[in-house]
Amino acid sequence: MSDRIIQTDNFSHYFGAIQTLKNINLEVRRNEILGIIGPAGSGKSTFLRALNRLNDLTYGSRIEGTIKIDGQDIYAPGTSIVELRRKLGMVFATPIPLPRSIYENVAFGAKMAGIKSKSELNELVTDCLVKTTLFEEVKDRLDSSATKLSGGQQQRLCIARILALKPEFILLDEPCSGLDPISTMKIEESLRQLKNEYTIILVTNNTKQAARVADRTAFFLNGELIEIGQTEKIFTTPADQRTNDYISGRFG
Amino acid sequence: MYLNPKIEQRVVQAILWVFTLATVFILFFIIFYILHKGLPVLSYNFLTTNPLDMGKSGGIYSTIIGTIALTIMSLLIATPLGVGTAIYLTEYTRESRITRVIRFGSECLSGIPSIIFGLFGFILFVTKLKMGWSILSGGLTLAFMLLPTIIRTSEEAIKSVPYNLHEVSYSLGSTQWQTVTKVVLPSALPGILTGVILSVGRSVGETAAVIFTAGSALRMPTSLFSSSRTMAVHFFILAREGISMPNAYGTAAVLIITILIINIIAYRLMHKFIKKYS
Amino acid sequence: MTRLERNERLIKIALFVIACSAVSILAVITIFIFSEGTPIMFKYGLRSFLLGLDWYPSEQSFGLLPMIIGSVMVTFGSLLVGVPFGLACAIFLTEFSSRRLRHILKPIIELLAGIPSVVYGFIGVVILVPFIRETLGGPGLSVLAASIILGIMILPTIISISIDSLQAVPRSYREGSIALGATKWQTTKMVILPAAKSGIIASIILGMGRAIGETMAVIMIAGNAINIPRSVLDPVRTLTSNIALEMGYASGEHRQALFATGVILFIIIMILNTIANATSVKGKAAK
Repeated sequence: MSDRIIQTDNFSHYFGAIQTLKNINLEVRRNEILGIIGPAGSGKSTFLRALNRLNDLTYGSRIEGTIKIDGQDIYAPGTSIVELRRKLGMVFATPIPLPRSIYENVAFGAKMAGIKSKSELNELVTDCLVKTTLFEEVKDRLDSSATKLSGGQQQRLCIARILALKPEFILLDEPCSGLDPISTMKIEESLRQLKNEYTIILVTNNTKQAARVADRTAFFLNGELIEIGQTEKIFTTPADQRTNDYISGRFG
Repeated sequence: MYLNPKIEQRVVQAILWVFTLATVFILFFIIFYILHKGLPVLSYNFLTTNPLDMGKSGGIYSTIIGTIALTIMSLLIATPLGVGTAIYLTEYTRESRITRVIRFGSECLSGIPSIIFGLFGFILFVTKLKMGWSILSGGLTLAFMLLPTIIRTSEEAIKSVPYNLHEVSYSLGSTQWQTVTKVVLPSALPGILTGVILSVGRSVGETAAVIFTAGSALRMPTSLFSSSRTMAVHFFILAREGISMPNAYGTAAVLIITILIINIIAYRLMHKFIKKYS
Repeated sequence: MTRLERNERLIKIALFVIACSAVSILAVITIFIFSEGTPIMFKYGLRSFLLGLDWYPSEQSFGLLPMIIGSVMVTFGSLLVGVPFGLACAIFLTEFSSRRLRHILKPIIELLAGIPSVVYGFIGVVILVPFIRETLGGPGLSVLAASIILGIMILPTIISISIDSLQAVPRSYREGSIALGATKWQTTKMVILPAAKSGIIASIILGMGRAIGETMAVIMIAGNAINIPRSVLDPVRTLTSNIALEMGYASGEHRQALFATGVILFIIIMILNTIANATSVKGKAAK
C-alpha cells in the first residue's frame, strides 16, 4: 500500500461564483502531522472541510478535480459521507461540546454508528479520555454536563470524542485559537502522541505552532497552495518569496 | 397648538401609562372577578362528581375528563404534524417557492375563525365520515386549528439551535435524521414544548369549533366515539341558558385557573429556553 | 452508502408529505366550505344573498345584508377600542418603560390572549351589558357591548405584533434621533412609528380578522337580532353568530345557507390575511 493516503488532483472549490480553492495538488502521508498555514481567507479551512465533505452542508458549494483517500474518490457518487466523516474526525476552532454529559459527548459518534453494548461504550469512553489525558480530571463526573468544563478541557474532550470514532485521520481547524498557552501546550503534547496511531492535519494561523508540531507544512494563500515541504525547510529556506514574507510576519 | 416638546413628551408618556395600566387592570379585573365569584363554589366534590340535572346541580367531573380527552386527542395529531413540518422547513430544505407556499398556507390556516373549523368538522367528520359528535371528530378539528401555532413555535425553536451544533454532529458521522433527532430536537425541546403547552391552553378554552364536532353530551365519555362536553362548552351552556349561575362561575374559575397554570408553565419554559441560547 | 443513509431519502419524502399537511388541510377546508355553500348562492342569486334584508330560512329567504353590516359595525367598533389601547401599550412597552417593567408587563398582557372567549362573553353579559342598559338605555345587548369586548379580545394580537415591528426598528435610528436632540416622543413619532408602520398596519388587519371571526363572545353579548342597527345601542347579529346560532338545528337549504354565510366570512378573512401578509412582507423588504 502506498504511503500517500490522501491525494488531491487539481482540486478546486467554489461557493457560488467565488472560487475558494484553486487547483490544489498535494498528498498526505501516513502517520504524519501535516501543518497548513496561511492568513485568514486563504482557503486552508475550506480545504480541511473539503476532506470530510463538511462544505457540502453549505448551499452553493461546488467542486472540481478529485480527492482520493486510500485510492477512493471521496466525491464519487454513492460514497457514504457518514463513513467518510467517521474516518476523518474533525476538531473545530472553538470547542463545541454537545449539550449533553461528558460521557454522552464521547460516546455520541459510536452510538450514531449503532454501537449499543454498554460495556463496549464504557471501555471506549474511558480509553479515549485516557488518550487525551482528560480521564483523571473528569472520571468522577462523567455524567455532568460537558459545557461545565474549562475551555482547554472542552477542546480535549472534543478530541476524545473524535478518537471514539476510531478514525484514520484527525483534522484540526485552528484548535488552539481560543486557548491559553498551557492548554495549547497540553493539546500539542497529545498531538505528538496521537501521531503514532493517526494521520493528523493541523490547520493553524499560528505559524510557530506549525513549526513546533508539524512534520511537513503547507502554505496556502488566496486559495492556492504556494508550497509544501518538510517543516524545517519551509521555515528556514522557503522556495517562494511569499512564504518567506508570511512566516517572517510581513503580512497575515 | 404648539407644545413645548418636553411638556408634550410628559403628556404623551402619561397617556400611554394610563392606557397600559387600564389594559392590565382589565385583565386583573376579569381574573379576580371570576375567581371571586367562582372559588366559593369550588370544592373537591364539585371537581369529582358528574353534572346532574343538565348541570343545575352536581359537579363538572365528566366535562373535565372530556376536556382532557379532547386536548390529548388533538395534540396527538397536531404535534407530530406540526413538529414534522417545522423540521422539514428548517432542516430539510432551503427557502424556495415550496416553503413559501407551506408557510403561507399555515398562516392562512391560523387566520381562519374557529366557527369555520367547527362548520367544516361538522360536515366532514360528524356527517360525511359518520364519526358523529365524538372526541375523534372534535380532536381532529381542534388539531387542524392548533397546527399553525405548533408549526410556528417549533420552527422558531429549531431555528434558534446554534448552527455549529449541526456541524459537530455531522462531523461525528451522524446522518441528517440522527442530527435532527439526537442534537437539534433535544436542544429545541423547551421551545417546542412552549408551543404545545400554549396549544393546550387554546384547546381548553375553545368553544365554537368544539361544540359542533364533539357535541355537548354530559355523560362520561367511554370511547373515542363518545360525544363529550368540554368545560368551556359546559360553561357556555350553563351561562347562556341560565341553568345555574353558581355552577357557571365555578366552571369559569376552573377554566381560568387552568389557563393561568398553563401560561405560567409556558412562560417559565420559554424563559429557560431564551436564557440557554442568548 | 450505509443503510441509515439510504433511509434518509425516505425520511425526507415522509417529512415533505407531513409538511404539506397544513396546506392540504387549508385546501380541504376551502373546498368543503365552498362546495357546500356556493350552490345555494347561485341558485337564489348572489345579489339576494349579499343585499337581501330578510333572513327567513323557512321561507327560502336568505338575505345576509343585516349580518354583513353587523359584522362590519362590530369589527370597526372593536378597532376603535382595540387600536388606541393596543398601540399605546405597544409603544409604552417598547419605547417608554424600563426593561424590568417590560419583563413584568409583557407576559401579563399576553395572558389576555389565553382567556377563553366564552369568559370574555360572560364578563360582557354580567358586567358590561347591565351597565350599558342602565346608563345609556336600550337592551344592553348591543353593538357597543360587542365592540368593547371584542376590542379587548383583539388587544393581544395588536400588541404583540406591533411590539415585534417596533423592536425590529434598528437601534441606530433611535440613537441618531436622540443624538440630534429629539425627545423620546419626538423620536417615536417621527422616526420609530414611520419605520414600523407596515408591521403596525399588519397587526391591525390581523386584529380585524380576529374580531370578524369571533363567535361565542359575540353571541353572548350582541343580542343577535336580525336587523340593521340604527344606533350602537341596538342589538345586532354577525355572520359568525348566524352560523353558530342556527347550525344546531338547520337542515337542507337552511344548512346550505349557513355554509354560504361561511363562504362570505371565509372570503373576507382570506382577503384580510393576504393584505396583512403583503404589508408585512413589503415592510420587511423595505428594511
